[in-house]
Amino acid sequence: MTTLDGQKYGRPKEGDVNALVATENQLPSQVHGERLSALERLVDDLGPADLYWIAAWSAARAERLQRGEAVATSAKVAGERLTILYGSQTGQARRVASQLSTNAENAGLSVRLVRADAYPQRELSRETHLLVVMSTQGDAEPPDDARGLVEFLLGKRAPKLPGLRYAVLGLGDSSYPDFCAIGRQLDARLAELGGTRFAPLGEADVDVDAVAAPWTVHALEQAKQVLGTASPTRVTTLQSVPSRAVHSRERPFAAPVLDNQSIVARDAGRDVRHVELSLEGSGLSYQPGDALGLWPRNPVALVEQWLAVLRLDGEQVVNHDGRSLSLRHWLAEERELTRLSRPLIAALADVSGDDDLKRLLRSDQSPALAALLADHQPIDLWRRHPGVWGAEELVAALRPLTPRLYSIASSQKAVGDEVHLAVAVVDYVAHGERHWGAASSFAARAGDDQRLPIYIEPNERFRLPQDHARDIIMIGPGTGVAPFRAFVQERREIAARGRNWLFFGNRQFTSEFLYQVEWQAALRDGSLHKLDLAFSRDGDAKVYVQHRMREQGRELYAWLDEGAHLYVCGDASRMAKDVHATLIDIAVAHGGKTPERAKQWLSDLLQQGRYARDVY
Amino acid sequence: MSSTLSDFERIKAISRQLRGTLAEGLRDPITNAISDDDNKLLKFHGSYQQDDRDLREERRRQKLEPAYAFMLRARLPSGVVTPAQWLVFDRLAREYANGTLRITTRQTFQWHGIIKRKLKPTIAAIHGALATTIAACGDVVRNVVSTANPVESEAHAQAYAWATQLSEELSPRTLAYHEIWLDGEPLVGEPKDEEPLYGATYLPRKFKIGLAIPPLNDVDVFSQDLGLIAIIEQGTLAGFNVAIGGGMGATHGDPSTYPRLASVIGFVVPEQLLAVAEAVVTVQRDWGNRSERKHARLKYTIDHRGLDVFKEEVERRTGFSLQPARDYHFDHNGDRYGWIEGADGRWHLTLQIESGRLADVGDHRGLTGLRELAKVHDGDFRLTCNQNVIIANVAAAQRERIDAIVAAHGLDRYRRDSGIRRHAVACVALPTCGLAMAESERYLPHILVRLEALLESHGLKDAPILLRLSGCPNGCSRPYLGEIALVGRGPGRYDLRLGADFRGQRLNRPFRENVDEEAILGALAPLFARYAAEREAGEHFGDFLHRVGVLVNETRHIDLEMLA
Repeated sequence: MTTLDGQKYGRPKEGDVNALVATENQLPSQVHGERLSALERLVDDLGPADLYWIAAWSAARAERLQRGEAVATSAKVAGERLTILYGSQTGQARRVASQLSTNAENAGLSVRLVRADAYPQRELSRETHLLVVMSTQGDAEPPDDARGLVEFLLGKRAPKLPGLRYAVLGLGDSSYPDFCAIGRQLDARLAELGGTRFAPLGEADVDVDAVAAPWTVHALEQAKQVLGTASPTRVTTLQSVPSRAVHSRERPFAAPVLDNQSIVARDAGRDVRHVELSLEGSGLSYQPGDALGLWPRNPVALVEQWLAVLRLDGEQVVNHDGRSLSLRHWLAEERELTRLSRPLIAALADVSGDDDLKRLLRSDQSPALAALLADHQPIDLWRRHPGVWGAEELVAALRPLTPRLYSIASSQKAVGDEVHLAVAVVDYVAHGERHWGAASSFAARAGDDQRLPIYIEPNERFRLPQDHARDIIMIGPGTGVAPFRAFVQERREIAARGRNWLFFGNRQFTSEFLYQVEWQAALRDGSLHKLDLAFSRDGDAKVYVQHRMREQGRELYAWLDEGAHLYVCGDASRMAKDVHATLIDIAVAHGGKTPERAKQWLSDLLQQGRYARDVY
Repeated sequence: MSSTLSDFERIKAISRQLRGTLAEGLRDPITNAISDDDNKLLKFHGSYQQDDRDLREERRRQKLEPAYAFMLRARLPSGVVTPAQWLVFDRLAREYANGTLRITTRQTFQWHGIIKRKLKPTIAAIHGALATTIAACGDVVRNVVSTANPVESEAHAQAYAWATQLSEELSPRTLAYHEIWLDGEPLVGEPKDEEPLYGATYLPRKFKIGLAIPPLNDVDVFSQDLGLIAIIEQGTLAGFNVAIGGGMGATHGDPSTYPRLASVIGFVVPEQLLAVAEAVVTVQRDWGNRSERKHARLKYTIDHRGLDVFKEEVERRTGFSLQPARDYHFDHNGDRYGWIEGADGRWHLTLQIESGRLADVGDHRGLTGLRELAKVHDGDFRLTCNQNVIIANVAAAQRERIDAIVAAHGLDRYRRDSGIRRHAVACVALPTCGLAMAESERYLPHILVRLEALLESHGLKDAPILLRLSGCPNGCSRPYLGEIALVGRGPGRYDLRLGADFRGQRLNRPFRENVDEEAILGALAPLFARYAAEREAGEHFGDFLHRVGVLVNETRHIDLEMLA
């Protein structure tokens, strides 16, 4: 049967659907009023597949009720299973853990043995029986494969674990002052989080087995008793469904920063941040493909540069649009400082009387104007025309600051109340001066204790196929890979049957392979089926994603021909155009199409929503 | 002892004579690493996968795999390098590796930091320079080392020729190396009889051979699995004393592992050398422990089976008996810095290279200096087991020119350095070595300055004292033969071992365990003071510690009556 956690998805049989349709006109009398509206909210944005699934689930439940069987109020999750988690540097802890696992299996227990870095952390809160075998390195360091998990467990994001029964075996070397420090910390922390020990902490020295062997015997005996008795039935209560989100573009949510981590190597030459924000309590939710709107604040250093170059007093109060704010406040939070616009150039031409600028603004000068707009920020022009602006004129001439959109890099099915972003930090030197991007530098410097004003911007045109059996092809060089991290997370969580193929590119393999270890893990666990890489600065020839697509043209066309959906995310000015042209070439080369028909074929795919782009 | 084979044995057995899936792994574009199993096979090809451990934690947070790169080690019998080879090796260091060349304690070069896709062109270039990397690592007979300057007489030249022949005879024969690195035709099906000596699973563990020409024991002949001591009588090579079962490696906290000096079991004439070496290797191949790698070296085989039993089996296989060992005498196990004239009137200049690292740092431009020397030198180069280099076979008229280049690149420090600095050896350790528990090469410059200050305060600046640093107990720097040795236990913490002799004939012993720098210096200060006050003429530090009773006599050492 299907289960609530959605492991088995799919359409019900034809007959079931008809049965459901037949009953639609005679809804059971108890579903009305508040219950009905709750139901409507629940199914509000679900697609056909989800709706069919719910129908099948209801039908199965109804059938059992009619047969007089009790309906379990919850799905049995990992309740009866013993999880053995290990972190090992030299292999000793792994050896002990795998012996423990074998013994537990021989004792008839259902066991899962998992290395700490392969353990899905969000499963922790559902864990009921856990044995941890973990070594301590040097002076109180966890083994490399457990650093992430230990950090998570000891950190502020560790979940409460009231339903957990556990036991810890630490391995260490007593010649160090802090013997078995990690084992001790984990043992204490799990208790602090609400867990109950079913065996006391074991502390094994260099002669591991002297302690590990008896501990193993004891721990397993206890585990057998605990697992042997009826374990308390876990009751999953339905979360109340929030009504319409209270937060929006106009009323952004101040999202706490959970993590803000560079995800390129120190020698990459430019920074990319992985930012994790909490949506807890916001009522906000999102779908893979959606964007996150971020209201930036301009960099303090940039505001000060403006004031200095323009020779204006930041404390001066400026009235505009019925509001009175200091000039510094206007510049920092209310006005666009990093984007040059044609009207702003026109306004500057007026106040400065610069004839060159005026000439540039005439329509026949558009290439030169385009070049100016492309390569300059307003500050570059102020440096050429210092002190021409009055404060009131300036605020009036500047556009209001607007939010920036970032493609969301996470699936809520995987990360719950969090939202993740991949932010390319715009910070460069041009015309002899340092330049910043407003939102990316704002996000880049947001610390742990900070909150970012955000909202969700749905993107209905960039959605995973409703039919989970469809293959998908994702083309996302640079931070264009962000939504594909969400896609792959989502398809892993829903166990979609379709295959996932990612094309990723950047400048250098060693320093800029964004989310490298996640893609490697996804290839291993089968949630990513193909990964093609293009690094433009690693070899003599510059290789981009479109070159890899061309190399894989035959197979790529075959996937599309069999109904695959194709997604492109990233740079609009060059990459998306090159990719588009390459797709046409591939259809000509491998689909036997004329160039004209190939173009038509591609625009049909766009029309059908099977070729979706999120480019900027 | 468990009787199940170690996992490494399984990997060797199914590797199709060291092929495994190396070729596929090298092509995998998703990672700069190769699989764990292939890593074990790669060692036989002369390379280890490593990662920059300084960056490991940082890159984990960056969601990037570790900064994987490969260490590549050449096989250079007796450490001989021609100037043409030197120029190639130097170019590879700058183009494909981390801009340095590392002279190892086994008389060869290591390159560090070669990323995966550069490994093949590097190996191909080494091959093109008529050198190789095969069997520089792995469970095989490694690079055969011999006394670094065997050109001082006709007999020395003969001894060197035998060492080279040993290296050739005991090399693996697999064609896998050509297939994977040199675009050889790939094997279809299973290999047939590729390894008459080694068989499908090679040796249980690495196997080291060293040949010493008395009175120099610069190869530390008693640290070798098979040590050969050339016996030269009236200027003629009479043959070799055979010593077996030496080895340095141990594991902290495991008394079933230990360093061991080789046992001298007899003498053979030169014509018997290959037969006896092959017999020692094959008995170890058949008798060695293949379940527990840490008990797999020849030294454990000998201690478990008995030296006499082992020797009998060797004699049974060769079909002849070993003669009684002949007298020999070693003066020391260090290098002789500066110019030395050979018997044929050519000159040899030994330069001191700290930790064997040739790099360009500030005024010390060792990498460039040696490159400039290679451009003008018409003799050859000899790498030493103490991580130094000899500019060998220089015509008297060329000396001045050589000296000028040496001085211009800061390579003449051997003239001024303290006694301890001239006798310091350190292994690579962090950040590249996966086994390191503590710093070694990077720590040496720091600890040397502090030791020198301490020694100088007791008037011991010029006292030659063997200092050996190791980042772990496995022993690449032969730490158990240091008069003073630091063996890494953890960050900033070492075992302090004292009391080896100056000839490589007595192991040192633990003096303080798991201590930090202050404790190390604190323990040494009173010993230096006593040594300065009470030493006898010419008495070395390690010998002194035994004579005055700071250390009780070692049980394992080479019998002193062997000294002529």
